[in-house]
Amino acid sequence: MEPSARYLYYPGCSLKGTGIAYEESLLTTFRLLEMPVKELPDWNCCGATTYMSVSETSATLLAARNLALARQTGSKDLIAPCNACYLTLRKSQRLVADYPQIAQETERFLEQAGLPRLDSVRVRHPLEVLYNDVGIQRLRELTVRRLQGVRMASYYGCQAVRPYGEVDDPHEPTRMDEILRAVGVEVVGYNLKTKCCGGPLTGTIHDVGVRLNYILLKEAMRLGAQAMVTICPLCQFNLDAYQAEIRKQTGEPIDMPILYLTQVVGWALGGDYRELGLHRAISGRKLLEQWFTVRKEAETYV
Amino acid sequence: MSEKKNGQVRIGVYICHCGANIADTVDVKAVAEYAATLPGVVIARDYKYMCSDPGQELIQQDIEEHQINRVVVAACSPSLHEHTFRGAAERAGLNPFFVQMVNIREHDSWVHTEREAATVKAKDLVRAAVQRVYFHKPLEKRRVPIHPEVLVVGGGIAGIHAALTVANSGKKVYLVEREATIGGHMAQYDKTFPTLDCAACILTPKMSAVKAHPNIVLWTYSEVVSVDGSVGDYKVVVKRKPRYIREDLCVGCLQCIDACVFKEPKFDDEFNLGLSKRKPIYIPFPQATPKVVVIDPEACIQLRTGKCKRSCLEACVERGAIDFEQKETYEEIHVGSIIIATGFKTFDPRRLPQYGYGRYPNVYTTLEVERLVNASGPTSGQVITRDGRVPKSVGIILCVGSRDENTNRWCSRVCCMTSLKLAHLIKEHTGAEVYIFYIDMRAAGKGYEEFYQRVLNEGVHFVRGRVAEITDWALDPSEEGKLVARVEDTNTGFVRRIPLDMVVLAVGLEPQFDAHEVQRMFGISCSLDGFFLEKHPKLAPAPTYTDGIFIAGLCHGPKDIPDTVMQAGYAAAEAIALADTGYFELEPNTAYVVEEECSGCKSCVPLCPYQAITFKEDKQKAFINEVLCKGCGTCVAACPSGSIRQNLFEDEEIFSEIEGVLAYA
Amino acid sequence: MERQIRYQREADLEWAHQFTKHPGCERLLSCIQCGTCSGTCPLSIYMDLTPRQVIALVREGFREDVLRSQTIWLCASCYACSVECPQKVSITDIMYRLKREAIRSNLYPKRFPIPVLAREFCDMVRQRGRNSEFWVVFRMAMRSNPKILLSMARTGWELWRKGRLSLRRERIQRINELQYIPATSKEVD
Ligand SMILES: Cc1cc2nc3c(=O)[nH]c(=O)nc-3n(C[C@H](O)[C@H](O)[C@H](O)COP(=O)(O)OP(=O)(O)OC[C@H]3O[C@@H](n4cnc5c(N)ncnc54)[C@H](O)[C@@H]3O)c2cc1C
Ligand code: SF4
Ligand code: SF4
Ligand code: SF4
Ligand code: SF4
Ligand code: SF4
Ligand code: SF4
Repeated sequence: MEPSARYLYYPGCSLKGTGIAYEESLLTTFRLLEMPVKELPDWNCCGATTYMSVSETSATLLAARNLALARQTGSKDLIAPCNACYLTLRKSQRLVADYPQIAQETERFLEQAGLPRLDSVRVRHPLEVLYNDVGIQRLRELTVRRLQGVRMASYYGCQAVRPYGEVDDPHEPTRMDEILRAVGVEVVGYNLKTKCCGGPLTGTIHDVGVRLNYILLKEAMRLGAQAMVTICPLCQFNLDAYQAEIRKQTGEPIDMPILYLTQVVGWALGGDYRELGLHRAISGRKLLEQWFTVRKEAETYV
Repeated sequence: MSEKKNGQVRIGVYICHCGANIADTVDVKAVAEYAATLPGVVIARDYKYMCSDPGQELIQQDIEEHQINRVVVAACSPSLHEHTFRGAAERAGLNPFFVQMVNIREHDSWVHTEREAATVKAKDLVRAAVQRVYFHKPLEKRRVPIHPEVLVVGGGIAGIHAALTVANSGKKVYLVEREATIGGHMAQYDKTFPTLDCAACILTPKMSAVKAHPNIVLWTYSEVVSVDGSVGDYKVVVKRKPRYIREDLCVGCLQCIDACVFKEPKFDDEFNLGLSKRKPIYIPFPQATPKVVVIDPEACIQLRTGKCKRSCLEACVERGAIDFEQKETYEEIHVGSIIIATGFKTFDPRRLPQYGYGRYPNVYTTLEVERLVNASGPTSGQVITRDGRVPKSVGIILCVGSRDENTNRWCSRVCCMTSLKLAHLIKEHTGAEVYIFYIDMRAAGKGYEEFYQRVLNEGVHFVRGRVAEITDWALDPSEEGKLVARVEDTNTGFVRRIPLDMVVLAVGLEPQFDAHEVQRMFGISCSLDGFFLEKHPKLAPAPTYTDGIFIAGLCHGPKDIPDTVMQAGYAAAEAIALADTGYFELEPNTAYVVEEECSGCKSCVPLCPYQAITFKEDKQKAFINEVLCKGCGTCVAACPSGSIRQNLFEDEEIFSEIEGVLAYA
Repeated sequence: MERQIRYQREADLEWAHQFTKHPGCERLLSCIQCGTCSGTCPLSIYMDLTPRQVIALVREGFREDVLRSQTIWLCASCYACSVECPQKVSITDIMYRLKREAIRSNLYPKRFPIPVLAREFCDMVRQRGRNSEFWVVFRMAMRSNPKILLSMARTGWELWRKGRLSLRRERIQRINELQYIPATSKEVD
């Protein structure tokens, strides 16, 4: 077996699709921090909120396979950047720990599939890794450029801070603000930090999903934020993709960049526009180009 | 063994039916028959109710007629009737400690269903008791005298009422209050539910009575710093903090306050919860008792830097009451009993950030609103918000920091009624629409439901639902510039958004911030919620497990003023009764050191939870103070040389009891 | 007119009793009907039953009323209610359990896109080990309401231009390992 990297990385389905900029910026940021991460080999879908709606045991088993694969690599820390993946993996660990019948099912499945038994793999969120393992002080020191006079609202989405996580305080999270300030960004006191974006609702009951995102965007605007910073591919997608529709429906002049935390941090550490996936944004493109250095050859997309 | 020492042992065994309680599950006849066969047993009987008069007479008769000199009663728990049967034996001329009880109810019939097995168990337990009682020795109860003086700690309504009651019975009372004035929380209120009496009108006469009472020594701005001794003779040290004013000289003219170099009040006024300002030299409120000013050393220029014009001194030059050299002093007193009445603190709503307290200026606590509606409060009784408006809509949120697994689990009992009171007063003062957000309306008390009806009829809105959040974000033009409560109105089934100018949080009641230190200093206990623990939740709600220490008022748990006063009166009655009896009888089941065997290792000294063990340096031996020893047995088990023994738990008594249980019949 | 009464024989008390034994549902009986969950929920304003009413109906055994409701499907599993509940009721877990039971007993609202999405999603994950966002949404729309696709066309185009929409159907290598995951789990009767 090859020598184990300290951090394993579980992309989840979104980071290979709509959330590809999250993957790009995450890998870039960790490279610049000299903390290389290795992708979990042959990972499977975490099941997200959806699988839990159909079968709790099966959802747990799906998560268990990933945790068992992680154990095989010998790494202790598994970074799950998507809030839904993060919560699902951690929740299944809790179910296995708390309920003997689920633990039994899990053991049986792993044995049949020829996988090792579960061990204490720690599921981590990049926000919390940046905060705890890197630290505010080091982020401040490593910052090579600052976004002067740009105000942002930090937005966690719902699942990262909920019962199974250790990302931040579930009521009044503050760590993202601290990180943003450390890399030179001004933050507004956004009260809807942990209000749900609706998740897959924009795809199913479209108008309800869009309305939730309108509320989130409108409040950020009202507080004077020029951009929102997210830590979940689904939040980023929902807030980013429907602004044109919201403009049409409400007449509000909303055109706000929706960034990933790793894009902001990565840029401060010296990453460039394209390797941070900044070119993949749909809304607020003008501002993005104005704030972040654009290289001429980066103008062609895909 | 010590058979000879005990002379001729004649044991009587009595098996109680407890009606059907025991007899239904245990074959009492069989147990009695079995008991009669045991060595030393002269007589064994069963009877329907042993604790009844005829039951007790049975024992007495047997003692007299059959020369019974040991008694075993197999019945209920000794905590219920040990006293009864010891009394019966004593009346018949037998030393009461020759009685041993066996619990075949709580430990047997109530917890088992199988008759046969329960009967076997009863036999085993009886056999153990018979073997044990064989070795019992006559013991004497010791009496300690009681100092008639009483200490009352805390000068809220509970402490005031207790102090006056004890003082009126002719006994001397020391009342120690931490703040510069007595009165406690009640002094802050405008009106009191449900009668809407003016709080000051009913409280200040009692405060003055305390000050004027010849039997009361009132020490404000003071704290108890140490407590030694035990029931009847507690040695207490009280620290008197310097107020930089000579209490004996100050007449309360308040000219010094006017004269202070600070022309405008600049420092947060604690009594008004920071809703107004005061000067470095101040009096908490006009009716403060004693009516003596205080100087705040953190604020006063002279005390901070030594460089002030000291215009206060000039104003007081005739009386010369101001004394910047004043130092803290310590008083040592001896009292026979102590009443603790240290009250409560209100829940800090910052712990529930969804309600925006501290973030939105127009979010208040009920306690702050008590000051706002008070005619002598910071706004002279006008209800105006921090941004200077008269509110047109006011929402009161109930159960803030109560009935909540994330903060406090208990119901704070007074906040429903407080909210009704404030709803009424706010409506009266402002004509605003008032919304009460409640989960359950708890209005149990004399005249309380009627008051609820009154407020219902005044047109206050009762929205049944716990508010999810307070936000300043308008989703609708009608919400611009307002705070908005988002709540499920569970009566109508709608999720509602209600715009408000003022939000009032009905904060719960919590133990004082230093409750644990006080608890440790006085050697009492706390229940899980952190309030002080009573001896029995129904039958002894003011005594504690420490003899001679009583609790009264909010420090024991949430209650309203009437209940506080009742408990304070009850605690006072107990203290008076103790003092009038003049002595306290101690249980003789104390530990003692067999000096010849003590090796002087000192292991036992720090182990005693009641500080009953001292070490005699001259003899190099440990010594146990019988008055302090509670008979817990810790030292007995800990002594490495086995030289601590305990009355009623001598080795031979315990070992033969164990043998008895184990000798399977 | 419709009859608005519930007879006690319609209440399935045994079901209610069993319900609280399932993982995450244990604290249901502590609910004090305060409505904090409904007030906190970002979606309660669209629900036919508020989350609090769901809890009350489960407690009283009105099984069909809850299983047929749209509420359980609108729940986005954001856990806001569970974090705020003063009695630590895991409302989210209760919603999950009700969804599962609604699918098993075929009581979920037909043509309602959310349960349809759930089944498409799970089928794809079971067959391929990963989900491909485009294909799941496409199949869900075809099975519930194809018009959804129209409204999404513009977004889809934008995403594709930015390299955020992949038409590839992902698949893991050791797909055989997934065969040991039971199709329907045993925990629901
Ligand atoms: C907002 C509000 C409104 C209320 N309105 C009403 C009402 O209208 N009617 C009603 O019946 N009840 C009302 N209550 C309840 C009422 O306040 C209490 O029942 C009552 O105050 C309890 O009195 P207490 O003496 O036990 O406690 P407190 O009033 O708290 O007094 C305790 C005293 O002990 C002192 N102290 C504390 N620790 C020490 C120490 N270590 N050493 C020395 N001194 C110490 C404190 O300084 C204080 O003076 C209300 C409560 C609140 C919160
Ligand atoms: S010494 Fe000065 S500051 Fe202090 S109370 Fe007197 S006048 Fe005021
Ligand atoms: S008294 Fe009323 S407001 Fe106070 S905790 Fe109890 S129910 Fe809640
Ligand atoms: S532990 Fe025993 S031997 Fe040691 S001092 Fe105490 S009584 Fe004496
Ligand atoms: S028996 Fe308990 S209370 Fe008595 S002296 Fe020993 S340790 Fe102290
Ligand atoms: S928040 Fe909790 S206690 Fe309140 S209604 Fe909802 S489930 Fe019940
Ligand atoms: S978990 Fe579901 S019910 Fe609870 S607040 Fe979120 S959407 Fe509402």
